[in-house]
Amino acid sequence: MLATMNDIQEGYGFEIVRRQDFSDVTYLLEVRHPLMAKAARPGQFVIVMSHENGERIPLTIADFDRAAGTVTLVVQAVGKTTREMQQTCQAGAHLHALVGPMGIPTHIGDARKVVCVGGGLGVAPIYPQARAFKEDGAYVIGILGFRNKDLVFWEDKFRACCDEVILCTDDGSAGMKGFVSDGIKQAIAAHSDIDEVIAIGPPVMMKACAETTRPHGIKTMVSLNPIMVDGTGMCGGCRVKLGDQVKFACVDGPDFDGHLVDFDDMTRRLRRYKEEETAAMTRWSETCRMESPQTTL
Amino acid sequence: MAKKRTVRTIPQQRTPVREQDPRERATNFAEVNCGYSEAEALLESQRCLFCADPVCIAGCPVGINIPDFIERIGAKDFRGAYDAIGRTNLLPAVCGRVCPQETQCEGECTVGDSLEPVAIGRLERFVGDRAIAEGWANLPHIEPAGRRVGIVGSGPAGMACAADMAKAGCDVTVFEAFHEPGGVLRYGIPDFRLPNEVIDAEIANLRRLGVKFQCNTLVGRLFTIAQMIDEMGFDAVFIGTGAGYPAMLGIPGDSLNGVLSANELLTRCNLMRARDFPAYDTPIPLGRHVAVVGAGNTAMDAMRVSLRLGAQNVTCVYRRSKAECPARAEETHHAEQEGVVFKWLTAPLEILGDDKGNVRGMRCITMMLGEPDKSGRARPVPVAGSEHEIDCDQVVFAIGTNANPVIGQTSRLRLDKRGYIETDADLATSMAGVFAGGDIVTGAATVIEAMGAGRKAARNMKAYLGIREPGCDLAAATIFGIQASERNFARILSA
Ligand SMILES: Cc1cc2nc3c(=O)[nH]c(=O)nc-3n(C[C@H](O)[C@H](O)[C@H](O)COP(=O)(O)OP(=O)(O)OC[C@H]3O[C@@H](n4cnc5c(N)ncnc54)[C@H](O)[C@@H]3O)c2cc1C
Ligand SMILES: Cc1cc2nc3c(=O)[nH]c(=O)nc-3n(C[C@H](O)[C@H](O)[C@H](O)COP(=O)(O)OP(=O)(O)OC[C@H]3O[C@@H](n4cnc5c(N)ncnc54)[C@H](O)[C@@H]3O)c2cc1C
Ligand code: SF4
Ligand code: SF4
Ligand code: FES
Repeated sequence: MLATMNDIQEGYGFEIVRRQDFSDVTYLLEVRHPLMAKAARPGQFVIVMSHENGERIPLTIADFDRAAGTVTLVVQAVGKTTREMQQTCQAGAHLHALVGPMGIPTHIGDARKVVCVGGGLGVAPIYPQARAFKEDGAYVIGILGFRNKDLVFWEDKFRACCDEVILCTDDGSAGMKGFVSDGIKQAIAAHSDIDEVIAIGPPVMMKACAETTRPHGIKTMVSLNPIMVDGTGMCGGCRVKLGDQVKFACVDGPDFDGHLVDFDDMTRRLRRYKEEETAAMTRWSETCRMESPQTTL
Repeated sequence: MAKKRTVRTIPQQRTPVREQDPRERATNFAEVNCGYSEAEALLESQRCLFCADPVCIAGCPVGINIPDFIERIGAKDFRGAYDAIGRTNLLPAVCGRVCPQETQCEGECTVGDSLEPVAIGRLERFVGDRAIAEGWANLPHIEPAGRRVGIVGSGPAGMACAADMAKAGCDVTVFEAFHEPGGVLRYGIPDFRLPNEVIDAEIANLRRLGVKFQCNTLVGRLFTIAQMIDEMGFDAVFIGTGAGYPAMLGIPGDSLNGVLSANELLTRCNLMRARDFPAYDTPIPLGRHVAVVGAGNTAMDAMRVSLRLGAQNVTCVYRRSKAECPARAEETHHAEQEGVVFKWLTAPLEILGDDKGNVRGMRCITMMLGEPDKSGRARPVPVAGSEHEIDCDQVVFAIGTNANPVIGQTSRLRLDKRGYIETDADLATSMAGVFAGGDIVTGAATVIEAMGAGRKAARNMKAYLGIREPGCDLAAATIFGIQASERNFARILSA
């Protein structure tokens, strides 16, 4: 795919061309960036600043459309930044900054039978990988986990690119009742020749997936999401432990061997800014309440 | 010139510079050193002897004609002084502030043999600030050369290379990964040492030369170096991506919450403006008792930023003694004045955590100086039985950096053993048309050295592109191993 200076001139501006809401906490943004759409590969992420005073937050590239020149992000509103973006990031709006694709692309290797596991929001970023494995001729089993049927999204997209899809919900309101790790057990029981499992989701979920496959010795890759600042390897904030090694998720990852990752260490480090995050969230929701006319009703 | 000056006739005291009061400044981010007034600059200019053999010049990595610019200051020809500096240094307001003058120009100054040396840095800054205030810029007549040059990284190396190539008529685009240009000047060095307005002014000057800046561009990942040459139509590329990748402590407890690199602390504070949280969204960990490991410029910045963010006490833990401390003398001095406690000859052994995984202290050991090591400095060796604990709730490490891997991962450039980009003496890399310089070639160094590298690369890039101009150093011994004498006629002979 040729990169040209034209892309550079056109490509910047970061216009949101489409916005779609999956639920009251999950939304999709399709952003124009032709050069990034050309460069993006499965497993990579971007860093976004929604406005000038904003925070740099990492988001996985959930899809890219080279012809349309767009990349797709799927965001879960969890704190100040992602909730504020839920309000401000409408079609036609522009992001202040968007840099990427970052991270080492997922190695779409010679695995002939793979299980792609997405938990909750992790369903979005696992999609380009599932599609890439399929295009590469592998047998792809998609396992999607959600809390309940109202949160389910992209089931159709996965059905289109997977040979099998196992849908799991915590309460059994759609698909099988259980966690994605139960889905993995079911897949392992049905297929003795799985080459690789790839899991993306919250740390507890990825840890559970790694523990499920460990006794079977199946290679299990996870995509880690520690707190990041620059995303270029400069700050060390995103460091994670793999056995006795320290790696920077933004430039050495984000994909790592799930059997080596110290998930407890990572989970602890994700809580680093808890106090500040809560303070920011409280302050922000208070100002929203004051400014928003509806809430006075 | 009237009577010849001698060490005896010049003002004996170095003209002091006004500084913010230590107690007051330790709570704000305004600049500490207020700079010379015109009268002070004139007075200090009287201290230069205009030596027949101006040894100061040799101490300056870019060889500024120091007596020349000082003489012009004395004659109140400030514009002339600016032009004199501008022939070799594009960023006088920056270098005057951040150069380690005591080991460079001022370290060599003859006056320094018997008195305090001429305050070359402060004079240079005076000229640089005057230029910014007056809006001076060296904007030569530029003849388009029909060549396109891509610069990767907007730190001092990239800025210097960009300026020279733009002056040589090239169409220059600088690509920067961050959302704002400036490199370490922007994200690392805090405002109280180098205000953002100075960097903004220098970037604006580059823009006036026609340099384009494309921020939010991670080269290597958005497009590769090879693509720049093969597809995007750049005739030459300069890589000045700096030495990111902070070295880890590698001691138990180094992933506890409250342990972070100076780069992370400084980037959050300076670039992301976390010091103004919550007006800005980025949070910053606020330690009450902060221990900083290391004693270079980065460590000093981390300590002084921590004080300004409200730390009650800040301790510097350094395994060598004050004599080996690599920071600029002024910074160590300022840090002491502001109340940083220095624990020289102390090395960390372990960071201690509480049951929530937060830092509660650090176990250290006292060192003594032994035989010289490879670097020629005395090797610190632990004193048996001297283990002790210091109380702290935050540990910041500033113990050096490694090479950033992104360009290496995404190109076929030859790297050295430690992962830095390998170049020849002309700063040419193993890829034709691709040059590199600054920290990504030498490892962490100084602003002026990075700038010097950018300019040197520019000179050789011009030769590579066949751009001839006055001052273009076609006499460089070899380019790509081709001798200067045979350069225009070089034939590649098949073996
Ligand atoms: C490589 C990578 C890819 C990611 N991809 C996506 C994605 O595709 N979609 C998406 O919605 N989110 C993704 N994240 C997480 C996203 O960056 C965070 O949710 C976001 O930074 C939270 O910002 P906030 O201000 O809204 O919430 P905050 O107030 O900062 O945090 C709210 C809660 O989220 C947790 N949190 C904070 N930062 C992170 C983080 N980096 N990872 C996980 N949890 C975090 C906090 O511990 C806290 O519990 C990714 C993170 C990484 C590192
Ligand atoms: C905190 C701190 C304090 C310092 N204090 C002093 C001092 O007082 N005096 C002094 O002389 N020196 C000081 N130094 C050292 C000095 O700042 C550096 O030697 C100098 O900045 C190196 O310049 P550079 O141009 O090589 O790289 P940098 O200034 O590091 O700039 C590199 C730029 O390239 C960008 N980049 C990296 N990778 C990519 C990529 N793949 N694509 C696009 N862009 C990329 C980075 O984001 C960065 O902006 C200090 C350093 C630090 C960290
Ligand atoms: S650039 Fe630095 S070393 Fe050179 S004269 Fe100026 S302050 Fe001194
Ligand atoms: S060595 Fe000192 S006194 Fe001599 S010319 Fe240089 S600055 Fe002036
Ligand atoms: S985010 Fe800063 S090093 Fe990875």
